[in-house]
Amino acid sequence: MHQVRLQIKGSDEARYSYSIDVQISAVLQYWSKPKNYPLFIRSVPVQNELKFHYTVHTSLDVVEEKISAVGKAMADQRELYLGLLYPTEDYKVYGYVTNSKVKFVIVVDSSNTSLRDNEIRSMFRKLHNSFTDVMCNPFYNPGDTIQSKAFDSIVSAMMVQAS
Amino acid sequence: MADDVLFEFLHMEMVYHIYKDQASRGEMDKDRATCVSTLEGMGFRVGQGLIERFTKDSPSFKDDLDVMKFICKDFWINVFRKQIDNLRTNHQGTYVLQDNKFALLTQFSNGKQYLEEAPKYLAYSCGLVRGALSNLGMDCVVTAEVSLMPSCKFQVVIQKI
Repeated sequence: MHQVRLQIKGSDEARYSYSIDVQISAVLQYWSKPKNYPLFIRSVPVQNELKFHYTVHTSLDVVEEKISAVGKAMADQRELYLGLLYPTEDYKVYGYVTNSKVKFVIVVDSSNTSLRDNEIRSMFRKLHNSFTDVMCNPFYNPGDTIQSKAFDSIVSAMMVQAS
Repeated sequence: MADDVLFEFLHMEMVYHIYKDQASRGEMDKDRATCVSTLEGMGFRVGQGLIERFTKDSPSFKDDLDVMKFICKDFWINVFRKQIDNLRTNHQGTYVLQDNKFALLTQFSNGKQYLEEAPKYLAYSCGLVRGALSNLGMDCVVTAEVSLMPSCKFQVVIQKI
């Protein structure tokens, strides 16, 4: 049930090549077990989206591992922010999971070193806040893709600010 | 404070409206179950949204018992302005939450009068608890029973897959 919000056209992919200079972010949310399908995807720029989808899917494994590790370790540190999931040579992936098991994943270009941990944390908080608003919207059925324009605008504003 | 009572009045009207709707359509006995499930469904959706708001800032829960304690304390205080008075468990997925002065039943009676009408007014709250738990990852069945008003017991049975 993989639902994507933005379509990739074949011609676009051929025309543009993946460039490291451009700052890229992708924001996705996944619903809880056992399904784990995306509720919302947004990336800038639009090309090479498949690569992001793939990255995010693989990063889900790391998220699951972190969640189960916290459970077994019984640590006092039971934060929602999961931190840097794993760095690759091209980009860094950050994760965040809510108490209702909704996972947020942000992918940021590695060449963008100006984004500090605090800023990523605040981005996740903003995301969580707007997601809570979406949940409380009576026209939203939990489990559907997120159609809310308010949520859209918050995400776009964040991505513009990050790039 | 006057704002507390707004929800109680709304709830009373909700129950009345749903039953009136069903009654006007035909036989009462067959539709009683639908009324209860409608109310429970409403509570379910509200519970899901509420729990998202309440757990926004709290750290993740260690285990099921931790979740139930959260429901008994923070969640119940936010919704009904008091805590659950007694939580019992058999440590195998069944929990009994006892509220000795349930906010939605205090105006009924202090004993056994109107006992047969009470279940209608508990359906929404059962749904509330079920929605809250389902969003926290615990599928369960919530039932309520009243023997002496205004005290009531909610029984939560967690469904293991």
